[in-house]
Amino acid sequence: MGKLLEVRWHGRGGAGAVTAAELVAHAAIEEGRHAQSFPSFGPERRGAPVVAFLRISDEFIRIRTNIYEPDVVVVLDPALLRVVDVTSGLKEKGKIIINSRKLPNELKSEYGFKWLVASVNATKIAREAIGVPITNTTMMGAFLKVTEAVKMDSLIKQLKERFEARAEGNIEAMKRAYSETLRED
Amino acid sequence: MSKRIGLEASHAVAEAVKMADADVIAAYPITPQTHIPERLAEMVANGELNASYLPVESEHSALSACLGSVSVGARTFTTTAGQGLELMHEVVYVASSMRFPVVMAICNRALSAPLSVWADHSDVMAVRDTGWIQVFCENNQEAFDLTLWAFRVAEDPRVLFPAMVHLDGFSLSHVIEPVILPEQSEVDRFLPKFQYPFALNPDKPVTHGAFGPPDIYSEAKVAQEVAFRRSKEMILQGWKEFGDIFGRYYSPVERYKVEGAKTLLLTVGSLSETAKIVIDERRAKGESVGLVRLRLWRPFPFEEFRQAVKDTEVLIVFDRCISHGTVAPVFCEVRSALYDEEKKPNVVGITGGLGGRDVSVNDFGYVIDRGVEIAEKGSQRMLETVGIRGEMVGIRG
Repeated sequence: MGKLLEVRWHGRGGAGAVTAAELVAHAAIEEGRHAQSFPSFGPERRGAPVVAFLRISDEFIRIRTNIYEPDVVVVLDPALLRVVDVTSGLKEKGKIIINSRKLPNELKSEYGFKWLVASVNATKIAREAIGVPITNTTMMGAFLKVTEAVKMDSLIKQLKERFEARAEGNIEAMKRAYSETLRED
Repeated sequence: MSKRIGLEASHAVAEAVKMADADVIAAYPITPQTHIPERLAEMVANGELNASYLPVESEHSALSACLGSVSVGARTFTTTAGQGLELMHEVVYVASSMRFPVVMAICNRALSAPLSVWADHSDVMAVRDTGWIQVFCENNQEAFDLTLWAFRVAEDPRVLFPAMVHLDGFSLSHVIEPVILPEQSEVDRFLPKFQYPFALNPDKPVTHGAFGPPDIYSEAKVAQEVAFRRSKEMILQGWKEFGDIFGRYYSPVERYKVEGAKTLLLTVGSLSETAKIVIDERRAKGESVGLVRLRLWRPFPFEEFRQAVKDTEVLIVFDRCISHGTVAPVFCEVRSALYDEEKKPNVVGITGGLGGRDVSVNDFGYVIDRGVEIAEKGSQRMLETVGIRGEMVGIRG
């Protein structure tokens, strides 16, 4: 994967979208590649819609602007679909990965998405595996399934370092999401 | 062995302060600088860094406390942004005039009003005349490297001036990207212990910051200026030694694809990397364009700057600040630096990226095209802007 992959993560303040983008960036950097992650800049408000950005490339990354035309968008909270235009600027061959109980084809017809749609019930998985409905690490599994942008082991290592004693639940959630994510081209 | 890790720029600065083994950190948190003092406070609390961390009540107090700590010979660091630097302003002059080599990282932020926590260079330009050594970082590696280097140069007994390391707020300070961290032994080889020659000592009393009546103030200020300009030699030497140890060589003026370029874009700060993408695109199309970036802002690198732009026809200066009622600060500076030259480019100034406004690759394309167009017409207006809505573009003076 030589070319630049640009990912926009949509979440709510406090729900870990920024952390997810960071952990994937760290994983890519540890694999010896180039990556960049940063939050949507500004004062943080818990519960408000937020975005986080992630770039991964095999080459040095120079660009220092927000991501306006992502290759992939990840949506941590399905309610955001009615609040935010998550597909803004999404490339023609882009991909949308959504935390939702609904199947990808249901989401496609409901919202008229013309891109590849993937979905997984991350809230349910996070509740069962971690005990809280915080879906960022779960959605990392869905992201990995759709993009294969980094190695599963690299993400596991990041989760262990970041969450220490609480890592196991997050790892389980990520792995479950990896196997349960469905997609519709 | 050095190691390559993903690190936020703010944390890269904190890491440099830790590896420099700073003795005193006095800081007041302010967006977007908060991650630097937070990380340093954490390092001090968990024993990673053996230093005194002073959680002061304001930025004015932060720098005042730093002056006290340097005066007894302690390696001292502080950090702020935007309004915080404004509140500090009075003491900023005192630090340089009393020759106290504090190192300060600034996460550059716009100034109120309207209230903005986002990046531009208004805060830098308000302190450009204060007699601090000032450098602009382009990426996280530079944020680490230049912070470390700043201690080396500022504390050099031939320098003894404070140093500011500028990094764009949020758009650099909050970015995680790869950084190469050196071994502690390499840092120790680069950075000798701080030995302040005029440290306060009850056994050897000295006076600092005495009254300066009219019969001495002028001489004191001129002597300060002579010493400040002379610091350039140690700035260059510091970068040479840095390169010899760490393998990354820095210069006051970075030149990017300038060979034979008829048009040069001049930038400062982290947006330079985005601008380089346009230079690459234009070069690939056969256009004769390049980029120069001011890494060293004070003392102004006249010689290197003139050398970098002497063969070009058009120099387009991109400013992230408005100087109300006159031309933009960097533009003003570089045009003035060329005034006495016999052969000089046509200099055009364009302003953008205010208060965190993104400056895209396309925007820089516009800057180049518009700059060349203005130069061809030979009519520079007072204010040319990019990426700003409304009828304000091209205000005549």
